Amino acid sequence: MRFSSGDTVMVRDDWPEARGPVHIRTPHYLRGHKGRILRYLGHYPNPEDLAFARPAAERSLYHVAFAMQELWPDGGKDDEVIVEIYEHWLDQP
Amino acid sequence: MAHYTKRSPHDLGGVAKFMCEAVDIEPHALTAFDREVDALSGVLRAKQMMTVDEMRRGIEAIPEAEYHRLSYYRRWIRSVADNLLRKGIITEAELRTALEET
Amino acid sequence: MNVIEADGEALLAALRKLLADKNLVTQAEVAERMAATDNASPGQGAKMVARAWTDVEYKALMLEDGTKAAEAMHIPMRGMPPLGVLENTDAVHNLVVCTLCSCYPRAVLGYPPFWYKSAAYRARAVRDPRGLLAEFRTTLPETVKIHVVDSTADYRWMVLPQRPAGTEDWSVEQLAAIVREGDMVGVTIPSI
Repeated sequence: MRFSSGDTVMVRDDWPEARGPVHIRTPHYLRGHKGRILRYLGHYPNPEDLAFARPAAERSLYHVAFAMQELWPDGGKDDEVIVEIYEHWLDQP
Repeated sequence: MAHYTKRSPHDLGGVAKFMCEAVDIEPHALTAFDREVDALSGVLRAKQMMTVDEMRRGIEAIPEAEYHRLSYYRRWIRSVADNLLRKGIITEAELRTALEET
Repeated sequence: MNVIEADGEALLAALRKLLADKNLVTQAEVAERMAATDNASPGQGAKMVARAWTDVEYKALMLEDGTKAAEAMHIPMRGMPPLGVLENTDAVHNLVVCTLCSCYPRAVLGYPPFWYKSAAYRARAVRDPRGLLAEFRTTLPETVKIHVVDSTADYRWMVLPQRPAGTEDWSVEQLAAIVREGDMVGVTIPSI
């Protein structure tokens, strides 16, 4: 468990879907954006591997908040989008 | 945001071409087909013949135009067939024959 | 033609026969599953909300561990994804979506509504929540912040709406009766 509540994190600006068949649960609109860890949600087998019937290691899952203004040019001022993100998609800023 | 063109067709959050589309808020009861596909998928998952992740992958593999043309549960049944074939639970020959016979 | 491109109804009929012939899935099992799914409905979630409105300890449980709170109402949760509950307050209004597919707290609310699964809902919720709420004739004061919760992983989310004014001495049954499916997704607000 690398992150704590309140930590600022960056979602990886990575596009595995451009390289071959994948199953990714990190929405495109978050890639390369900055968020804030709300809380740890537990650890679960990685769906990216489960989807292809491969052995799936458990990964930490976090609830991460993103300011709408950070995500969209027309984003609402104080509104947020909160998303479950797996640890391997998050970096320190 | 040029890199957003790399998104998969199912990854719809904030996609510009849907931002002006009205939401059909009417209830739309499930059909017998819908309910049976839903139940069949659930039974296959309960028996561990398919996971929800595998089913999602199969849906996400549907080409973009088809993805939007097919109704929700038609996407599901296509994915179920795809997964059962991939895992060798049924063969293509068996499925073609069953399609002819039913 | 790729065999999986066959018409959906034809595929279902073919798979039904094949799976039965191979003794892998029987029609009885499918029917039993359908009956179990039919037991779940928004009414279950409404009862949880009504109890949370009248029982401070139950509300705390619901916010701490939605799964346990559902089980306390005899809703079967074994093998189900964990349930998260999002509290609406004067300051924050929650809206649930699954932009990637249609993840929905089925164990407590039943089948997801048609609109929840639509491309328009899935696209607009995370980018224009106020415009989306207007489609449902819901307007929030400008001072209220919106939290859009995109269900991308193992949790399933429901909203605990605010109790409307004027219901002070209502019974739990009366309260549950005014809680609609949309109130627990966040597209509407309960009213009397």
